[in-house]
Amino acid sequence: MPDGLVVVGGSYAAVQIAASARERGFDGPIRLVGEEEEPPYQRPPLSKGFLTGKTTAAMLPLRAEAFYRNAAIDLVLGTRVTAVDRIDRVVTMADGRHLRYDRLALALGARPRPLPVPGAGLDGVLALRTLADAERLRAVAAQAGEVVVVGGGFIGLEVASALVGPGRAVTVVEAQDRLLARALPPAVSEFLAGVHRARGVRLALRTGVRSIDGTGGRVRSVTLDDGRTLGADLVVVGIGAVPNAEIAQACGLPCDDGILVDRFATTADPAIVAAGDCTRHPNVHAGRPLRLESVQNALDQARAAAGSAMGTPTPHDAVPWFWSDQYEVKLQMAGLSQGADRSALRGSADQGRFSLFHFRDGRLIAVDSVNRPADHMAARRLLAAGRPLTAEQAADESIDLKLLIGS
Amino acid sequence: MPIVVYVQKDGTETRVDVPEGTSVMLGAVQNDIGGIEAECGGCCSCATCHVYVDEAFAARLPPPEEIEGELLSGVAAERRPTSRLSCQLAVTAALDGLVVHMPDTQY
Repeated sequence: MPDGLVVVGGSYAAVQIAASARERGFDGPIRLVGEEEEPPYQRPPLSKGFLTGKTTAAMLPLRAEAFYRNAAIDLVLGTRVTAVDRIDRVVTMADGRHLRYDRLALALGARPRPLPVPGAGLDGVLALRTLADAERLRAVAAQAGEVVVVGGGFIGLEVASALVGPGRAVTVVEAQDRLLARALPPAVSEFLAGVHRARGVRLALRTGVRSIDGTGGRVRSVTLDDGRTLGADLVVVGIGAVPNAEIAQACGLPCDDGILVDRFATTADPAIVAAGDCTRHPNVHAGRPLRLESVQNALDQARAAAGSAMGTPTPHDAVPWFWSDQYEVKLQMAGLSQGADRSALRGSADQGRFSLFHFRDGRLIAVDSVNRPADHMAARRLLAAGRPLTAEQAADESIDLKLLIGS
Repeated sequence: MPIVVYVQKDGTETRVDVPEGTSVMLGAVQNDIGGIEAECGGCCSCATCHVYVDEAFAARLPPPEEIEGELLSGVAAERRPTSRLSCQLAVTAALDGLVVHMPDTQY
């Protein structure tokens, strides 16, 4: 493969595809073309420790410079790919250069969903995805006394937990009747709402944003659908993400809210694999196609993608898991809880340490843990091994879950 | 600057300077030392930065906090009394020469 592997993208999935290709013995050229100027870095801390100052920029790089050098991975940064020619196997970049490929990997990521209301373009209305976004957010927050967070999902709540404090009021606006309604069951939403309120965050539920208003081009207030007006010198929009699938669509690859890939992370074109937030894959755990936005999915799917690109396919069927840190609350989720018909509580919500075990047709499908990392770790093993567990066992703290995993 | 010695499964040792206050995990990532994955980036969520601390140093480290202890229950390789999550081990002058051994696997 003289033209080697070209990876388009510059985050978790992109780096992992390149690294896994080398681990599988690929010795041809690898070029990683990323749109951002910075070498690939961690995104999760941007909505958490990076805003509080606990995490510094020096701690963010995913890999050392020496890694790319030692693995002969050529970083082509600050460069956008504008087109893929699948017949001649060549990508075109915004600066007019071309790169030929034998295998192409698309790890294009996602971008923040824009808020479709008047005033969303005012200064001080920010979304969060990149390091540049986070630096801007941190700078504006330092001068802000009133913050409105639009969206009660993970990003919004993490930002709220990082920014609320003396001299800075934070309101989270959420259209649903509870926080994290898509991702978590009501009991966890309720617990988190209590934590946020106790820290002084105001929650405006069951209402959307009608408009954002400002003076001199800068945001001053947010008007809600229920008629209320909230003062704001910073608005953070966290209402989900849109997959960056445009170049895939333009070159004729089937897409449907994400680039469609099979279990092996291969697209409709056998020379092209794809991984991470930009893809939709047939998920064995959910039994339906899913687009997952998580570090774990990006990494595991990237390993499968590298295998397929190198002719040694392995399926991408790892148990999905996610995490979120808000204040001292460690939230860990294993499996996919949609479609659960029964849940069992282990631990106590009053003490701020509990897990909810979710079952469908008597089978464990997911576990949401609040400050219970041991439950989470055991849950991942139980789900991966498909071990039987009853709701009664899950709720019984005298039973050591580890012992049920077997070997 | 304190030195940390990372020992791979095959016995290969890498000695690197790690600034005080930096975690043993970050010291590995920043020096391209394999064997530590750290999928969650060091926020104590994933248990893929597991190391065995050399016996000579194990007693000199502060004991694991509750969260780390719980995560250690789920490490992929064998858990030993010297098992730690390297993201939770901050390097100090007193730990100069710290030796950590990589486990068989992080997954």
